[in-house]
Amino acid sequence: MKSLRIGAGAGFAGDRIDPALDLARDGHLDYLVFECLAERTIALAQLSKRQRRSPGFDPLLRERMEAVLPLCRRNGTRIVSNMGAANPRAAAKETARIARALGLHGLRVAAIRGDDVLRQARKLAGSEERLVSANAYLGADALLDALRSGADVILTGRVADPSLFLAPMIFAFGWALDDWNLLGRGTAVGHLLECAGQLTGGYFADPDYKDVPGLDRLGFPLAEVEENGEAVLTKLEGRGGALTIRTCKEQILYEVQDPSRYLTPDVTADFTGVRFEEIAPHRIRLSGARGAARPEELKVSTGFYEGFIAEGQISYAGPGALSRARLARDVLANRLGWIPAEDLQLSFIGVNAMHGETLSAPGPEPYEVRLRAAARRLSQPQARELTREVESLYVNGPAGGGGVSTSVRENIAMDAMFLPRSSVKPATTYEVA
Amino acid sequence: MKLREMAHARAGDKGSIVNISLIAFDVADYPLLAEHVTAEKVSALFAPILARPVERYTIPGLGALNFVLHRTPAETVTRSLHLDAHGKGLSYVLLNMEVDIEGDRRIG
Repeated sequence: MKSLRIGAGAGFAGDRIDPALDLARDGHLDYLVFECLAERTIALAQLSKRQRRSPGFDPLLRERMEAVLPLCRRNGTRIVSNMGAANPRAAAKETARIARALGLHGLRVAAIRGDDVLRQARKLAGSEERLVSANAYLGADALLDALRSGADVILTGRVADPSLFLAPMIFAFGWALDDWNLLGRGTAVGHLLECAGQLTGGYFADPDYKDVPGLDRLGFPLAEVEENGEAVLTKLEGRGGALTIRTCKEQILYEVQDPSRYLTPDVTADFTGVRFEEIAPHRIRLSGARGAARPEELKVSTGFYEGFIAEGQISYAGPGALSRARLARDVLANRLGWIPAEDLQLSFIGVNAMHGETLSAPGPEPYEVRLRAAARRLSQPQARELTREVESLYVNGPAGGGGVSTSVRENIAMDAMFLPRSSVKPATTYEVA
Repeated sequence: MKLREMAHARAGDKGSIVNISLIAFDVADYPLLAEHVTAEKVSALFAPILARPVERYTIPGLGALNFVLHRTPAETVTRSLHLDAHGKGLSYVLLNMEVDIEGDRRIG
């Protein structure tokens, strides 16, 4: 059988659309996969759906579908995505509607549900009123009915990222769901592709150390997967970026703890034997991944209300910038003394704001310094008070303070729990354009 | 020398966990990395943000080490007040680490 061509169309909810469009047009793809759900994205979607601010699916669904649906239909490319977020059925209905408007009649759209386990989680958490959302990570098996039924577009909520890519391989090659080595290899491919541009030079470029040509025109990756699970990773000619052994090594270990036990709902993948070989520029051969039996339980990611986070910033420049910023910090520390110390952070952008005082290397005093105040677990009025205190530094603080910015947002904090597989029941519904 | 001269790194995040891969530019340098960049040294470097000592995994085939940092429960992606709540830039805290490798390093 010929190899299966799978492209990565997005690596996060707000990702660029033009690289996906290029893949849909020129990639000769069998599948185009959009991974758009970070840990918290689904909880925010759930919240927004409940407050009736949105239907609960990916806000860029329409823009993405309008861009790629006609090309995918013409080229016989099927779309798989977790853009269903908190409402896969509504996402499928909307996609069918978009397809009709584009004249793509007969297009079949599947919605995979069953990841929403809020009810089960409530029981376990014991009427936890702060619980906003609970979504089980479904595996590749949840997508197989839709793939067998010939759906052109498959939209899910929470599915483990690599599983979105593994499902088409299982379906196309007829892999057994307990052939752990094959599933481990396919998972390695999925894991490499799931962050899209992070395989082709995004989150990588470091001038003079790791140069990446054409970062502004970064092309997204695709894999040519063979029946034995080995694959060639590549990108389109003419797009920017670099797909090298180095980018692959960084990405295979991305978000990995024990590389011999990378847990997904499908398999316990082992990346320790992985080999990358450059067979041509921007063509990397992947082999050597393995697998062992899948975990017994499914991971569930849970979102909790955790009050409001408020932030405010003000800058000082020129002689004595840092000492004026320090004075402003001391003023704020006193004015905001009612916030528990562990929930308030005062730092200097340009000095120690990224990782805190203790992890920041000392350097020469910068020309300008930006004081940043951030606090959490606040009520909304408390959050506003923090922002007013930062604004007040214009008039009541040290000399020459400028460029105040403030923000307040409701915070959803994420945790994880585990559920037996038997309590999670995926289901598929269909819409036809 | 600084680690940055002989290795590259990428940070990833899951909840309160941050992992940092450390990958030798030249696979031949991997044994030196493995010898000098111990879990103890990396634990000491990141001590202020850790809930427990760093775990280190070795992947000799890739010339890579993987460090797993367990941050305190208040320091998760969704709770941290740091500007870099994810810890995406922590890879460069590691690359900024001084290691006494010059003398051991092969020439060429």
